[in-house]
Amino acid sequence: MSATYSIGIDLGTTHSALSWMALDAKEGRGPNQAVLPIAQVTAPGTTEERQLLPSFLYLSADGEFPKDALALPWKGDGRTVVGEFARTHGTRVPTRQVASAKSWLSHPGVDRRAKILPWQAPPDVTKVSPVEAGARVLEHLAHAWNKQFGKKAPLAEQQVVVTVPASFDAAAKDLTLEAAEQAGLERVTLLEEPQAAVYAWLEAMGRGWREHLKAGDVLLVVDVGGGTSDFSLLRVGEAAGELSLERLAVGDHILLGGDNMDLALAFAVNERFKAQGKTLDAWQLAALTQSCRVAKEQLFSNDALEKAPVTVPGRGSSLVGGTLKAEVTRDELTRLLTDGFFPKCAVTDVPASQRRSGLAQVGLPYAQDAGITRHLAAFLSRQAQSLQLSTGFAQPTTVLFNGGVFKAQALKARVLEVLSGWLVQAGAPAVKELPGADLDLAVARGAASYGWVKSGHGIRIRGGTARSYYVGVEAAMLAVPGYVPPVKALCVAPFGMEEGTQADVPPQEFGLVVGEATRFRFFSSSTRRDDVVGAMVEDAERAADLEELVPIETTLAGDAVGQLVPVNLQAAVTELGALEVRCLERNGKGRWKLELNVREKGP
Amino acid sequence: MSFFTRLKLALSVLFGGELPASAAPERALPAKVEPPPPPPPAPVLTAEQQHAAALFFLGLLQREGRLLDFLQEDITSFSDGDVGAASRVVHAGCKKVLAQYLALTPVVTESEGATISVPAGFDASRFRLTGNVTGQGPWKGSLKHHGWQATKVELPAVPTTVDVKVIAPAEVELP
Repeated sequence: MSATYSIGIDLGTTHSALSWMALDAKEGRGPNQAVLPIAQVTAPGTTEERQLLPSFLYLSADGEFPKDALALPWKGDGRTVVGEFARTHGTRVPTRQVASAKSWLSHPGVDRRAKILPWQAPPDVTKVSPVEAGARVLEHLAHAWNKQFGKKAPLAEQQVVVTVPASFDAAAKDLTLEAAEQAGLERVTLLEEPQAAVYAWLEAMGRGWREHLKAGDVLLVVDVGGGTSDFSLLRVGEAAGELSLERLAVGDHILLGGDNMDLALAFAVNERFKAQGKTLDAWQLAALTQSCRVAKEQLFSNDALEKAPVTVPGRGSSLVGGTLKAEVTRDELTRLLTDGFFPKCAVTDVPASQRRSGLAQVGLPYAQDAGITRHLAAFLSRQAQSLQLSTGFAQPTTVLFNGGVFKAQALKARVLEVLSGWLVQAGAPAVKELPGADLDLAVARGAASYGWVKSGHGIRIRGGTARSYYVGVEAAMLAVPGYVPPVKALCVAPFGMEEGTQADVPPQEFGLVVGEATRFRFFSSSTRRDDVVGAMVEDAERAADLEELVPIETTLAGDAVGQLVPVNLQAAVTELGALEVRCLERNGKGRWKLELNVREKGP
Repeated sequence: MSFFTRLKLALSVLFGGELPASAAPERALPAKVEPPPPPPPAPVLTAEQQHAAALFFLGLLQREGRLLDFLQEDITSFSDGDVGAASRVVHAGCKKVLAQYLALTPVVTESEGATISVPAGFDASRFRLTGNVTGQGPWKGSLKHHGWQATKVELPAVPTTVDVKVIAPAEVELP
């Protein structure tokens, strides 16, 4: 069956969405890019369609709701709720709610195939793994699509593009593909979210995009979602008279987003309640956060307001007697959000990272420094070295914003002000903002656009892998008691490796023992862009620009257990965007795929 | 049309979906108003179904805006400040419900206080004459209230799997 549609799925940390376009469309869709209304339970007994599907799961207990009250227009398990009701009701029953599943999917400190969510749920809750949680959200989207279009064009037969943060490593990408497979989507292509935002913008602008970008421009995508922040740099080039786009670099994974901002306001207001001797329970805190979000939007959208009221209803039926009131002032808004999350800082600043006390609880690795501009400064400085620029930091000429946070003009203005400050000080012109960005739905829309571009329309962003990958090789040396030999890192996949290509690692030969699990330590770098395949980095553990990932391993089936088979390594980036490392038997036919071991992090 | 037939029609329209095009806001009144197109035959709703729709809507307003809690509470002993704070909860929540499911516009776009003319044979459900009501029209008068009309109603289907007579369930928090 050949695909009729390109389907773009934004599998977000807090919200997901689906957009589509016909693969045989002659022209882009312009600014009106179709988004699927997604049926979801909004209250027991009520199903409604919304453009966004909150990426939350609620695992209900037996008899918790009336029979069939959580039923959808398709057959489900009757107890797992995905979407709006899972989000709202979960604040009252946090031990049954799965939130931020995507962040868990990329968390190397836990076994991501183990049933660990909801984190710290009581034993009688049937938990799910981060992979399953992702699969449930994708399954829900698939059902919603199939209910409307399944007869003519079932989702599994369409060309589906799922977006991931640019900062996702090979293991997290693999797990996303695994979740898609569990949801019945076997051929899914992955796309980096900031790139998706650019595709949506390109399609919305149509031919007009060339008026806003010219050859030599460096485009910075600042994507601040509900739970994560992501940066990417793209270069506008020119080849045969046509403008081209190339993705130069992506930032590291930062668990910091718009939700943190609402929480920051809520915490500040809660301190005042505490001072008055009023204690809020978890439900009231959620209501307070919601109320702070509204106050934030009011203040940001109306410069004349000096303060906005915040009210927290009591849980009992006495509304007038139980409501707590406070206000958020503009001063607080500026201090906590604009200055707190987007501080004016120098481009040489680095985000503070204080190690948590020795036995920190294994939770999500939230960013320690809330200063998004400091993370941006570090990103641009790091990339200048990597790109071998003569300037102290990578200097963007243009900015594309993405994420609902930037509906607040003041926050956009602050980012532009800080960036331009760095540039002007370095003698470069100030940045300009690309107009017409769609902040909420660009990622899903751009993903659909990418599927269409891939089939031969419009302009494609070149890029390849945003990291280089290495396996650890123990240095052969005489054993010295108490001395662990350093591990060298052998480059198996260079930076910028394109989809659908492979690279052989020629000279090094490894011995694999048949019948036993063989493990390799696995490293990556987002800045070492000149290492070629086969390059060796001495002392991988001390190299500041290498990051250790999960180990990769395989077990070779063979006749003679214990026999040593000489192999060469080969790395390939599949058409779908996943990295595969294989062992090829030297002078033989044996061929084994090395699996990323996502169950544990390396030693 | 008796009051009760009209109420029934209004209800069936309110809970039945699209409104006829004539309900769209008009800039100025035409000299002669065509009689409105005959309304589509109202689906016959049992009393139970009509009540269910109303109770369900009340449930939405309670869930989002705590409307029932507010109205059922004895507010005589509370200060205006307390009532004001609570009314913000009600206002924000109920407004959210209205914005989500209804499109509401004034019946006439002229500002209140302006002098407008009401033609002879006017649509009596869209205008209410007050004061010195005499003669055959057209009339000129001062607009006291611009009226409200729903131009879009997209309420979710009334649930059948839960008892809508329970407007808000009792909540019990387990320790």
